[in-house]
Amino acid sequence: MMLHSRHFLNRLATSTIHSRCFAGTLVLAEQVDNGKLAPVTLNTLTAASQLKQDVDCVIFGSEKTNETANELQKFNNLNIKRIFVAENAAFKNLLSESVTPALLDLQKKNNYTHILGGSSTFTKSILPRLAALLDVQPISDITKVIDKDQFMRLIYAGNAILKLKSNDPIKILTVRGTAFEAAKPATGSGEVKVEKLDSSVKNDLSEFVTRQVQQSERPELPSARIIFSGGRALKSKENFKLLYDLADLFPGQATVGASRAAVDAGYCPNDLQIGQTGKIVAPELYIAIGISGAIQHIAGMKDSKVIVAINKDGDAPIFSIADYGLTGDLFKILPELTEKLKKK
Amino acid sequence: MAIRILVGVKRAIDYAVKIQVKTDKTGVVTDGVKHSMNPFDEIAVEEAIRLKEKKIAQEIIAVSCGPAQCQETLRTALALGADRAIHVEVSGKDYEMLQPLAVSKLISAIAKKENVDLILLGKQAIDDDSNQTGQMVAGLLSWPQAVFASKVDIKDKQAEVVREIDGGLETIRVKLPAVITADLRLNQPRFANLPSIQKAKKKPMAKMSPKDLGVDIKPHLEYLSYEEPPKRQGGGRVSSVDELISKLKEKGLI
Repeated sequence: MMLHSRHFLNRLATSTIHSRCFAGTLVLAEQVDNGKLAPVTLNTLTAASQLKQDVDCVIFGSEKTNETANELQKFNNLNIKRIFVAENAAFKNLLSESVTPALLDLQKKNNYTHILGGSSTFTKSILPRLAALLDVQPISDITKVIDKDQFMRLIYAGNAILKLKSNDPIKILTVRGTAFEAAKPATGSGEVKVEKLDSSVKNDLSEFVTRQVQQSERPELPSARIIFSGGRALKSKENFKLLYDLADLFPGQATVGASRAAVDAGYCPNDLQIGQTGKIVAPELYIAIGISGAIQHIAGMKDSKVIVAINKDGDAPIFSIADYGLTGDLFKILPELTEKLKKK
Repeated sequence: MAIRILVGVKRAIDYAVKIQVKTDKTGVVTDGVKHSMNPFDEIAVEEAIRLKEKKIAQEIIAVSCGPAQCQETLRTALALGADRAIHVEVSGKDYEMLQPLAVSKLISAIAKKENVDLILLGKQAIDDDSNQTGQMVAGLLSWPQAVFASKVDIKDKQAEVVREIDGGLETIRVKLPAVITADLRLNQPRFANLPSIQKAKKKPMAKMSPKDLGVDIKPHLEYLSYEEPPKRQGGGRVSSVDELISKLKEKGLI
């Protein structure tokens, strides 16, 4: 009897230690320029919740990290245990040589089994670098969490779906935002512990020089409900105004995108590019204007709920994936569309 | 002092090929299918050559990891202007399972061996679409990285790089030695002409194995299945702006 209860007590002690074990998943949250949480972080929280483990989040920035942390507080229904904030002037502009060592320290301290980031130029720069330091094979742009070891992702410009299994002790994943619903905030109130990360940064390898980003009232491409997207047939930077005018008929809901050809031709800035190596979008409504529909462009928008195509060439490949295709001259169609939509 | 550059090139299915997933789900059809140098790697090679033409670089070494056919890709790099090539031979099942972490280790080992000042890679391979190798090489070597580059200026042992980021453009400065990955708009690659293709046949091509470099290329990921994505129904037509608007209104989209 004695033996039995001692054995039981030992097991209880062990299980208590395990339940005090820290979170299994770390989400690398992203702060955007005005201290707000990047929308893709919400899609990432959904992916993280599918791992069914406790979640910690970490935010890096040079200012307003507490504001960003406050936004994350709304999601206390998602098993988030702690929000780490790493605020340091050296994290301004998030140089990978500054952020990666701090992330590595956090990993060494807390032994996460999964580290996730929503696909963005920030997480894509940092997470593979971190993975190399941990000797694990990172997995880019997952579209499905099957279980703790198995995931799906797209290859060959989205023309094949790969189901894979990782044998690494730590899975480092970037998450395709459009493949996961954005997490919904909790209705109740609760507070997730916010902890300051003590991070001194020593980076003598790289320095930030300048940034040129377009500030806009319009929604970000990955989260816009409607996208008006232009190709090289727009013929000039000035003509892109036709698309902006259309987007502005739906304030807060619509924005403008572009094909690679339009960006290469200088008609619009690079951050509008939608495609295999640009932005991946899946809006409710995607209107492709003067875009022929190359494989590489389709890779970036084929999961849109409804696709409209407007093109002079009735045989353009884009029509084969369009729900509503209108053949004609975009320079006649766009003004007519704008006029009639204004009237509605 | 003119720098020495290592450029990585990958042989991948050509960007214009219509990809076919094998019916037994074990992979994608590659036999008899046109392959070419990964387009982002062409841009990386072009950038290396321009640095040599500006006399900033004195030597360009091209490296490729894969089966014997990689030598064609390396010969193209030589024809475009690389000085010598290194073929790391990986074939058969080992090649099917060759993953970015292993490739990064191979490239890092060669970079150390050759004592280069700059590694230029394509931002991503259009087959695997991982966009990891450059970042991992930089991590392994503890070198700075400038990934998704659309402009590179090298001066005084530093590279000033304009990067394409989600919100627009960012300029950073990294000390050499560094890793830079090429994005689409970094440059417009040239074509190899017949005389340079002939000359390339005489340029040195070394062969080695992962074992020679002390690298374990054992895969960390298992590939369980390959499937075709669901086909999107399309081909719907409208004949006027009025019809388009009414259809979109019907669907509650506008």
